[in-house]
Amino acid sequence: MKISVIITLKKDVLDPQGKVIHQALDGMGFNDVNEVRQGKYFEIDTKETDPQKAKNKVEEMCKKLLANLVIENYKIIDAQ
Amino acid sequence: MKSAVITFPGSNCDRDMDVALKKFGFKNKMVWHQDVELPKSDLVVLPGGFSYGDYLRCGSMASKSKIMQSVINFANSGGMVMGICNGFQILVETGLVPGVLLRNKYLEFICKNVFVKISAKDSAYFKNIKNDVLELHIAHNEGNYFCTNDQLKEIEDNAQVAINYCNNEGKIEKSFNPNGSIKNIAGIFNKEKNVLGMMPHPERMIDSSLSGEDGSLFFKNLINNIK
Repeated sequence: MKISVIITLKKDVLDPQGKVIHQALDGMGFNDVNEVRQGKYFEIDTKETDPQKAKNKVEEMCKKLLANLVIENYKIIDAQ
Repeated sequence: MKSAVITFPGSNCDRDMDVALKKFGFKNKMVWHQDVELPKSDLVVLPGGFSYGDYLRCGSMASKSKIMQSVINFANSGGMVMGICNGFQILVETGLVPGVLLRNKYLEFICKNVFVKISAKDSAYFKNIKNDVLELHIAHNEGNYFCTNDQLKEIEDNAQVAINYCNNEGKIEKSFNPNGSIKNIAGIFNKEKNVLGMMPHPERMIDSSLSGEDGSLFFKNLINNIK
């Protein structure tokens, strides 16, 4: 089954890349953007067929490797 | 004194570190990241470079490599472990030192000489260095030290800040901060001060043909203090 995870920077962590993207959007005429925050997206294809078990495993992966919990949050957004 | 330098795929300051350690009297061994055991050492060095191409987060993949469990055990039993640049990034990813290293504030790769003030002289790494300020070289894209407010309080309460970016007179001000690090932090210790992570490269300042020799002060002092 495929589990989708997004990793985002925590609120009080500076995101200079997001800022630059925001500025670029501004320059392109998208003037109504308040803020841009850049994150990461992972698709993990696992042999596990039980959705809850698969989610638990991916959560463990997030805590141990995919995210650094000092600066990042993770969210499992899909399992199918 | 025996030292060991770990080479990861993508390390590129490992041999410079080997040259520096040998120059100042260490018997150094190079250790491959897939090895399981460390040779008997008084000092283990995680060198600079771009381990695993900086994939995922700088240092994150290297922190999970085979040899690192031995390095973590060595550090936890009081052994001296020093991480320079990418080595510092690996150390924060193992959790041996607190915090993380973010992308530089202005998104530039910075490669230049900087001045750092030695802020804690009670560890074997800096004890007996007469100078308060060293001129060292930095070369990094992710050196912007960050930690939570709780971590910062703990770091400061335990005097774990090793060195701060400053000017040539030792003034620590925002304008001398190259990368946006919290409180101009360039290097920190673990609580016990046997583990040091720092962005500057002392191994690049050990010869008169290079752009300075303050790294020599660091290594001369280091070998004298590991006894």
